[in-house]
Amino acid sequence: MWEIISSTSFLVDFAVAVIRMTTPLIFAGLACVIAERCGIFNIGAEGMMLAGAFVGAVGAHFTGSAWIGISFACILGIFLGLLLAGLTVTLRANQMVSGVTINILSLGLTSFLFRIIMGSATTQILPELETWSVPFLVKIPILGPILFKQSPLSYISYAIAILLTITFFKMTWGLSIRAAGEHPRAVETAGINVFLVKYICLVFSGIFASLGGAFLSVGMVRYFTENMSAGRGFIGLTIVIMGKWHPMGAVLAACVFGAVDAFQLRMQAFDLGIPYHFLIMLPYICGMVAIAGVVGRTQEPAWLGKPYQKED
Amino acid sequence: MNLTWRRIVLSLSPIWAVLTSLLLGAGLIIAAGANPITAYYAIFMGAFSDIWGINSTLLKTIPLMFAGVAVALAFKGGYFNIGIGGQIFLGGIGAALAGLYLKGLPPVLHIFLAFLAGFITGGVWSLVPGYLKAARGVNEIITCIFMHFIAYYFLEYMASGPLMELGAPAPMSPEIAKSAQLPIIIPNTDVHLGLIFAMALAVILQVVFKKTTIGYQITATGLNPTACRYAGMNTVRNIIILSFVSGGLAGMAGASEIMGLKHRLFGSMPFLYGLEAIAIVFLAKTNPIGVMIGSLFLGALRSGAEMMQRSIGVPTDLARAIEGFVILFVAISIALPQWRPDWFKERIDSEKIN
Repeated sequence: MWEIISSTSFLVDFAVAVIRMTTPLIFAGLACVIAERCGIFNIGAEGMMLAGAFVGAVGAHFTGSAWIGISFACILGIFLGLLLAGLTVTLRANQMVSGVTINILSLGLTSFLFRIIMGSATTQILPELETWSVPFLVKIPILGPILFKQSPLSYISYAIAILLTITFFKMTWGLSIRAAGEHPRAVETAGINVFLVKYICLVFSGIFASLGGAFLSVGMVRYFTENMSAGRGFIGLTIVIMGKWHPMGAVLAACVFGAVDAFQLRMQAFDLGIPYHFLIMLPYICGMVAIAGVVGRTQEPAWLGKPYQKED
Repeated sequence: MNLTWRRIVLSLSPIWAVLTSLLLGAGLIIAAGANPITAYYAIFMGAFSDIWGINSTLLKTIPLMFAGVAVALAFKGGYFNIGIGGQIFLGGIGAALAGLYLKGLPPVLHIFLAFLAGFITGGVWSLVPGYLKAARGVNEIITCIFMHFIAYYFLEYMASGPLMELGAPAPMSPEIAKSAQLPIIIPNTDVHLGLIFAMALAVILQVVFKKTTIGYQITATGLNPTACRYAGMNTVRNIIILSFVSGGLAGMAGASEIMGLKHRLFGSMPFLYGLEAIAIVFLAKTNPIGVMIGSLFLGALRSGAEMMQRSIGVPTDLARAIEGFVILFVAISIALPQWRPDWFKERIDSEKIN
């Protein structure tokens, strides 16, 4: 076994798997980062991912193009973001309740619509989303195939993380977003519409989460199954805390979970005498340990989770 | 619309939430290519028209009622226990262990001990997120879901590993001792004593909320934890106890399924996070008596939906989609009274002046 594990091809294969498992988590993490920076818990990220996975799969199945499926998922993400914003920002509903609502609604609707839309085609393989190779760089031995031959959605996730970092810390816009999560009244006083800031952030949060979901169905396994997001939206919420509300921190934290996931999948292939149930549990156990160990040592946005009432 | 009217309309919100959900459900039925009236008629007749329908409705109602009571208790105290599913699984495992390994006990004692085992295993499972919330301020929604997934695979492991019956065709344990099986209360059906226990729990909880100091403390903590801390209540301890009891009640749902209906531990149970229970509690606005009615409604919807799938081919998942709509509209109706858009505020002001 050790000969297999220490071989180059195994390690390359493992690294590729880590990246593949990390991408949906990066999207989930970024969806939660942008929402929490503006002061809203996106507990509904899980449901948004599931809905994105479903719409992406249906779109890709009927149009024959993975990219059209992915754009459908983006459009759905806009609506889900607006729904969450409507509930939490305009109606000032409890953010936990609103998120749970989106999760339950998404689970019920996707299961039902999946049966009636896909019907007998449930096991049909979706059109392929081809990997992009970066010219020349892909020829570097070992590192080339790992870093420069990935799914386009993976590159998009890194680009979003970089753009978010620049927006948050180098642009006035990002300052407004961060201030909306820390001290919304100050933002209002500066003449900026807090509600608008939150709406825009949540729309992007919805888009990111749905993209993560679309990656799961269209980009990764090329089919849709019931409840296929399997708690990744909640891992996204953990990632934010581990990454200290920084987009790049979220990417790193996502890598940790991606590595755990890829590791447990590889371990299932070896007959180690450990029941596979315990290996599947591993990412969730890591999530518990991580969140129990990290919470309290990091500073969350001051206004996170509280509804904001405009000044009269 | 004047303010009294507004109050009346809002107090009826569960009814309009259900009606709106059924209306949207009708849209889904049309999308599935069926006639909504035929479909809803099939659901209603399937759930209530004969003894088989009633049997299936009540059997689905029992675990929902236990779980609903568990969620109602937690929500009332401001603790979002959405790990009900995992606690149900653990309760089932606990009761199955007690049913399999305790021998030669009189039925009353054995049933009591098996329920107790389910209560403790479910409660201890729920203590983990409860403790982290109370002592460390960790968001319980995240930890509850992680614990749910761990429990899900643990149940699968128990039923296919240590507890699996030799030579069984699928992951399941041997049958539990006869003395741990709940008696049937309606002749010629499978409706078991769990129904009475669940209803009794709902009534007890209602009395606790209305008449006792501890009930008042729970409600007050749910409404304003900071104020309660200043008033000298030990909110940390209260949340830990609340999470244990709520998880224990959810564990009883799993225990009653094993002891009353299945008589074996299977590798999976039809609960997804126990989300159904959350729909019920929303509908009932955390009122335990409302939980009884709400669980009967969802139980009937589910058993009727099975009949509907058989007769006109619309998937049973319709019931779950309707549950989702119900939660959405109840959430909106809870938020609406606090909603004060500018145009509405002006109108209220002018009404006050007149």
